[in-house]
Amino acid sequence: MSFPEPARSYGAPGVEFMGLHRENNAVTQIHLLPGQCQLVTLLDDNSLHLWSLKVKGGASELQEDESFTLRGPPGAAPSATQITVVLPHSLCKLLYLGTESGNVFVVQLPAFRALEDRTISSDAVLQRLPEEARHRRVFEMVEALQEHPRDPNQILIGYSRGLVVIWDLQGSRVLYHFLSSQQLENIWWQRDGRLLVSCHSDGSYCQWPVSSDAQQPEPLRSLVPYGPFPCKAITKILWLTTRQGLPFTIFQGGMPRASYGDRHCISVIHDGQQTAFDFTSRVIDFTVLTEADPAAAFDDPYALVVLAEEELVVIDLQTAGWPPVQLPYLASLHCSAITCSHHVSNIPLKLWERIIAAGSQQNAHFSTMEWPIDGGTSLTPAPPQRDLLLTGHEDGTVRFWDASGVCLRLLYKLSTVRVFLTDTDPNENLSAQGEDEWPPLRKVGSFDPYSDDPRLGIQKIFLCKYSGYLAVAGTAGQVLVLELNDEAAEQAVEQVEADLLQDQEGYRWKGHERLAARSGPVRFEPGFQPFVLVQCQPPAVVTSLALHSEWRLVAFGTSHGFGLFDHQQRRQVFVKCTLHPSDQLALEGPLSRVKSLKKSLRQSFRRMRRSRVSSRKRRPAGTPGEVQEGSAKTERPGLQNMELAPVQRKIEARSAEDSFTGFVRTLYFADTYLRDSSRHCPSLWAGTNGGTIYAFSLRVPPAERRMDEPVRAEQAKEIQLMHRAPVVGILVLDGHSVPLPEPLEVAHDLSKSPDMQGSHQLLVVSEEQFKVFTLPKVSAKLKLKLTALEGSRVRRVSVAHFGSRRAEDYGEHHLAVLTNLGDIQVVSLPLLKPQVRYSCIRREDVSGIASCVFTKYGQGFYLISPSEFERFSLSTKWLVEPRCLVDSAETKNHRPGNGAGPKKVPSRARNSGTQSDGEEKQPGLVMERALLSDERVLKEIQSTLEGDRGSLNWHSHRAAMGRSLSNGGAE
Amino acid sequence: MNRSHRHGAGSGCLGTMEVKSKFGAEFRRFSLERSKPGKFEEFYGLLQHVHKIPNVDVLVGYADIHGDLLPINNDDNYHKAVSTANPLLRIFIQKKEEADYSAFGTDTLIKKKNVLTNVLRPDNHRKKPHIVISMPQDFRPVSSIIDVDILPETHRRVRLYKYGTEKPLGFYIRDGSSVRVTPHGLEKVPGIFISRLVPGGLAQSTGLLAVNDEVLEVNGIEVSGKSLDQVTDMMIANSRNLIITVRPANQRNNVVRNSRTSGSSGQSTDNSLLGSPQHIEPSCEPEDEDSDEDDIIIEDNGVPQQIPKAVPNTESLESLTQIELSFESGQNGFIPSNEVSLAPIASGSNTEFETHAPDQKLLEEDGTIITL
Repeated sequence: MSFPEPARSYGAPGVEFMGLHRENNAVTQIHLLPGQCQLVTLLDDNSLHLWSLKVKGGASELQEDESFTLRGPPGAAPSATQITVVLPHSLCKLLYLGTESGNVFVVQLPAFRALEDRTISSDAVLQRLPEEARHRRVFEMVEALQEHPRDPNQILIGYSRGLVVIWDLQGSRVLYHFLSSQQLENIWWQRDGRLLVSCHSDGSYCQWPVSSDAQQPEPLRSLVPYGPFPCKAITKILWLTTRQGLPFTIFQGGMPRASYGDRHCISVIHDGQQTAFDFTSRVIDFTVLTEADPAAAFDDPYALVVLAEEELVVIDLQTAGWPPVQLPYLASLHCSAITCSHHVSNIPLKLWERIIAAGSQQNAHFSTMEWPIDGGTSLTPAPPQRDLLLTGHEDGTVRFWDASGVCLRLLYKLSTVRVFLTDTDPNENLSAQGEDEWPPLRKVGSFDPYSDDPRLGIQKIFLCKYSGYLAVAGTAGQVLVLELNDEAAEQAVEQVEADLLQDQEGYRWKGHERLAARSGPVRFEPGFQPFVLVQCQPPAVVTSLALHSEWRLVAFGTSHGFGLFDHQQRRQVFVKCTLHPSDQLALEGPLSRVKSLKKSLRQSFRRMRRSRVSSRKRRPAGTPGEVQEGSAKTERPGLQNMELAPVQRKIEARSAEDSFTGFVRTLYFADTYLRDSSRHCPSLWAGTNGGTIYAFSLRVPPAERRMDEPVRAEQAKEIQLMHRAPVVGILVLDGHSVPLPEPLEVAHDLSKSPDMQGSHQLLVVSEEQFKVFTLPKVSAKLKLKLTALEGSRVRRVSVAHFGSRRAEDYGEHHLAVLTNLGDIQVVSLPLLKPQVRYSCIRREDVSGIASCVFTKYGQGFYLISPSEFERFSLSTKWLVEPRCLVDSAETKNHRPGNGAGPKKVPSRARNSGTQSDGEEKQPGLVMERALLSDERVLKEIQSTLEGDRGSLNWHSHRAAMGRSLSNGGAE
Repeated sequence: MNRSHRHGAGSGCLGTMEVKSKFGAEFRRFSLERSKPGKFEEFYGLLQHVHKIPNVDVLVGYADIHGDLLPINNDDNYHKAVSTANPLLRIFIQKKEEADYSAFGTDTLIKKKNVLTNVLRPDNHRKKPHIVISMPQDFRPVSSIIDVDILPETHRRVRLYKYGTEKPLGFYIRDGSSVRVTPHGLEKVPGIFISRLVPGGLAQSTGLLAVNDEVLEVNGIEVSGKSLDQVTDMMIANSRNLIITVRPANQRNNVVRNSRTSGSSGQSTDNSLLGSPQHIEPSCEPEDEDSDEDDIIIEDNGVPQQIPKAVPNTESLESLTQIELSFESGQNGFIPSNEVSLAPIASGSNTEFETHAPDQKLLEEDGTIITL
């Protein structure tokens, strides 16, 4: 289960590149080559890869140039050439490679030519050491390689047993050596080259002066910052000078082993202040953004960039209190697991601004610092419209993301938790520690996978972009209706129970209890504020949700039935039980799945037993004495085969008695001809897992009497699809076969009024078939039997508007379909002709397929890992892709003062000389172990498309889509 | 007993029953008390008595309500004969030594009395009757072998007819591998196989499918390259009219069929082995194409009705894409609630259907030829 590994680089917002390795190996290190627009990656198979950013057609692309695997002399142990450290030298395009054997190999770029005569073997170092330091044991693997900050002819080699030497490259001699008593973890060379700081496995760090006066056997200073009890190793340390005089000491790890050994901390010490930033996931690497000018006397650090396993965190080191910087990209989507998503295209500016305003009040604790990483220039034109992606999370929050452009940016976070009484009161938060707590831990980052109560999880979201009404529904049958309010407010939430079982008797819900709501007024911050809470009974997970903001109605469905709520009058209109009496599973709730687990266990045991029996039979069958047994076996050759095949599938038609047939999959509001062809009326449509469609005609009082008369509903139709596949989509087409507009769309002049002259049609999409029926008299008109023909099933379906690239005002509506095989198809409306099909998501990637959302304009998103959305486009017109430029070393010289002031230079001052040439590149990549070295993330990552087509081919691929689409008439 | 004979003829409804007995060319009429017919022995004696053949061994038969000649040789069938006779019990008597056994049952339309076979089993010179089992409307096919003439002799195309939920399809499929002849020689390729038949299921009861048969096509679509789950979904989606092309694991039965087909090859387009084609095929054709399209609609909480088919859109016919017209079968469509009568509009659409159905079928078959 491994896939080609992408290497990604990020700069200024909108600047990003992705390159995909051909090999299926994890990336363990990434190094930028100073001033070359190139980077080198090290994979876990010990291969090195050279990538470069090449300008093509005005935009930069990341391409792999060369790859190389270091080989030792024949017969050498593999560890002899196992690379532990890579040092790109500032001169001559050389790479110094430290290995497990203690030897340092040298290769020349770009061809990875090994320069064997320059190898710095541990034997050579040993010979050149003074007598008293010559112990064989001081070597072992190379832990650190550094170039002298000012003199490219000196490099520092640190060996794991504690020996550090400064090596003169020209004279091939040891200039200085330092011997520590502790195992070496890493080393830092101060900007002026006069001081070394080494960190060690016992949690200590030592300062060593570099001076030719005398070889000092002892360090200047040795310190265990979190002593005196045993501490974990300090794995990396930075010692940064400032103009004010007092240095910044920043190190990773070193926490007291017994009490805080499990924390992932980076400590910052400066001017009497000390903070241990406490991350919720393992720290992979960190770096500090400093003064870039190599001639400058001081480092003057201004931002700490930390790559943790689950997120990127940037901390402002210039502002007092060291606040975090809000991320413009790479925000942790999965800070609590994503449970659902909802996309709203083309948000009106007014709503957009109000959401941003509400969000900005939540971000008060962030630093005001501009995003410090600003490499490259984004050439992507400004997005043509404002799109929102809403993600629902396990902890009961909904996050609003700006999905208009390349980067997902968090705008606003809504929490539904305050409506309910939960076990952990947010006021009892223990994170606020006293002043004199030691170590001075401070939680940073947003990744927090632990949910207080899984019932809070958000399952369905529906936002009306015109009215600002939002409906969210969750795991314990809760449905909240919220309204956007720019002011904080203290209000009581009206609570209503919807008994979906009604008079059905003898049922016992064995699942979770419903959530307990807070009584009395609750204070809500500016933003979306709930005013109605409907709780379904039994409190099964809400499986479908629809909001009609014009009629002020919200419809919700669970595995037991569905209901309609009037949120204007705050009154339940009706509930309908869809349960089949024999459906025990739905009745008992999620707990009863334990039973089926038991059953499957039993079955697998039986299978094991059977196969054991048959294998016992097989053995004597070969002996000549057992003729009878043998002949019996040849008569049934199938038995043996059957036992070997562990998987078999039952072929059986679906029946009304199947489980979860009553599960409401889709709800849809439409103003159409439900009863007769002379009068249209509001209607509510519901589709179930068992292929049943219910249609209710609604009577909504006119606006002036809206509060006086009740909304009435009456069941008008019930359609049973005989193939009984789950209904995943219901849609009404108007007289011109155009899907009916969204509520309020016409009122806001954003859509033509639907044609009410011609006859309407009903489109029902089940997992297996697409069917068009006439209205109001239901007769079958057209169908497309997808599953019978292809064996694929519909997982997601959505109407997409395909705009023409040539004619501004021309476009057509068609269906965008995602199947269980991960294919994306376009099916034409109204004739239901399949137009194009593309592989998009790996068919095994069930969570990726389940997470897919389509936009209204032929794009879509799906999760390629728990933390990353991939965006795809079926539209020739609407394409969102990064298009950016990074100046190469040559062009760089033309823009010395252009935007990139010395303070903003993101590259760390680890390289002297030509370092400024590299400043425009992506500092995230300076880190030695990138995000992608994380095993878990890696496993989830896959190529965007089938095979190993990288993002670079994506463009041409979409062009192909465009051509095919034009056959469908979308030009 | 014959004392009441006159009277009985007029008052058959009052517990007595008229009996008309024929021996040779002679008729005798008498009556019996319907409620107390007595034992067969007594009746036998009575017949010998009324026909004045006291020492002659005879076979006794009667005409049942369908006009079939059935034997009376014990108390049970004697009582059956008496109880079902209406209004007249017609008895036929033959001398045992000159009895024509084949007379029994020749007129039989419904073969349900195993008594008949019990009686006649020892006698083997009976001429094998032409099998006309029943009226087509009384029977429905559960399976058939189709396209024998166009398939290689090693393959078998089986159609399973699924009616409602009475009987499960009852089989399982699994992944496996088979050896194929390819342009590059023999090659082991993955395949889908029948792994299990559920006892009493439709698949087992047909006898046409067996464990380890390799599934080659489902409703005309090749399964090669498709996953087990895909094939499962295709089969379930087609479950009401499932056509599976298999390569039977047991190829011995093919030899017989081969010789038959070679004799008739080129003649028959529908060489159904079960039943007589001209009877069965028309009755099940509408079922074939669109049996799963009989969606039901309930309007205003009324009676469930089948959804009729709208006037087809001619545009869609032209396309060779996967769009089918939704043909609503009116005749033999499965209607879950049996009392539902057909909507009148359905009959109109049937004619529409029949004009198009053969085309569609041909298309399917053409496809098959290409794929094979």
